[in-house]
Amino acid sequence: MVNFTVEDQEGNRQDCEAPDDMGFNLMEILKAYEYPILATCGGMALCGTCHIEILEGKDELGEATDPELDQLENLPEYFPTSRLACQIRISDLLDGSVLKLRGEDQ
Amino acid sequence: MIHTDLCIIGAGPVGLFAVFEAGLLKMRCHLIDALPQVGGQLSEIYPQKPIYDIPGYPEVNAQDLVDNLMEQAKPFSPTFTLGERVDHLDKQEDGSFIVSTSDKTKVHAKVIIIAGGLGCFEPRKPVVENLGLFEGKGITYMVKNPETFRDKKVILAGGGDSALDWTIFLSKVAKRVTLVHRNETFRGAPDSAAKVFDLANQGKIDLILSANLKEVSGNGVLDTVTFLDKSKAEIKIETDYLIPLFGLSPKLGPIADWGLSIDKNAIEVDTRDYSTGVDRIYAIGDINTYPGKLKLILCGFHEAAIMMHSAFKYVYPDQKLSFKYTTVNGVNSF
Repeated sequence: MVNFTVEDQEGNRQDCEAPDDMGFNLMEILKAYEYPILATCGGMALCGTCHIEILEGKDELGEATDPELDQLENLPEYFPTSRLACQIRISDLLDGSVLKLRGEDQ
Repeated sequence: MIHTDLCIIGAGPVGLFAVFEAGLLKMRCHLIDALPQVGGQLSEIYPQKPIYDIPGYPEVNAQDLVDNLMEQAKPFSPTFTLGERVDHLDKQEDGSFIVSTSDKTKVHAKVIIIAGGLGCFEPRKPVVENLGLFEGKGITYMVKNPETFRDKKVILAGGGDSALDWTIFLSKVAKRVTLVHRNETFRGAPDSAAKVFDLANQGKIDLILSANLKEVSGNGVLDTVTFLDKSKAEIKIETDYLIPLFGLSPKLGPIADWGLSIDKNAIEVDTRDYSTGVDRIYAIGDINTYPGKLKLILCGFHEAAIMMHSAFKYVYPDQKLSFKYTTVNGVNSF
């Protein structure tokens, strides 16, 4: 299991956990926790609706990929810490990180 | 006023297949979609992606599926209102409805079918104070008719393909085009980006990079847009129009106000016929919810077939519906 913290649009924080051996991505886990994420494209990095910011643990998770940047650049707001949750595999790299939901599409 | 048997809200794959199922029962359809083209998410978000779970197609390109669904619906001559959002449903005394769109198109229909996917695609708006004050008064999120901008001063904000393409196009129409982008480089099509840099070098457009939208102002109508550059210095530009282009995102929109039972942005339906709690309104595809719901195109197709058999009684109240196979009866166009 991997443990991490999620901050919602109102600033409320919740500790979450996810199995790291079932091939899930972070968007799927956030939806399972019933966070209001549209995930219109279902995880293809094509809609930008699972936009999050990595507040802590960015170095471990690495940089946003090219397909992510293509989407992020099109959003009205994006930050150096922005990622698309659907492009982050649940793995021990995520352990201990803190992430924030960006709510512009929900 | 457009008169039809069924008005389908949403021209995605499920809405298009519903036309075919309705046609087999001799019911005519008019479709309305907020996007300027048919196909819904498939055409808007992932036209060139393969889909692997359409029965009979081991693999099909999303746009090809849409094209085939249009071909399949063709014998039943569906009509379309595209690029307009449905705003109101008004129930008539005889139980039928008059549907009105954002552009004041009116459709009279005996039955309403909501096949709206995740809602209607609406432009993403930048977070800037007073933006709403100038919408329709200088701020627009879509270029519907380029002639609107002839000999006008236009600012485009954004860095994607549509910002690049419209900058190139409007540079030939508008008095002056300014493109403002928050980065130094563009991730859109390299050809378009090169063309935009060329136009800027030739002095045909103004290109402002590494700048962010800060403020819009005017007296009733937009006249000045303020940007912040890298060093946080203000850049003020006088303009007739501002076109922010930051992509589209689906919103449930006015559907939420039609008295339907909604759970987590989806319409609750009776699985016997996908009817909503409101007489003569059905909901099929990704927009509905019920125990066990799967948001799959193929499930939407199934829902369309079942709901059409239920809607038949409203279009032909005096006729008994007999179930027929296309293999036996063929497809009888009208």
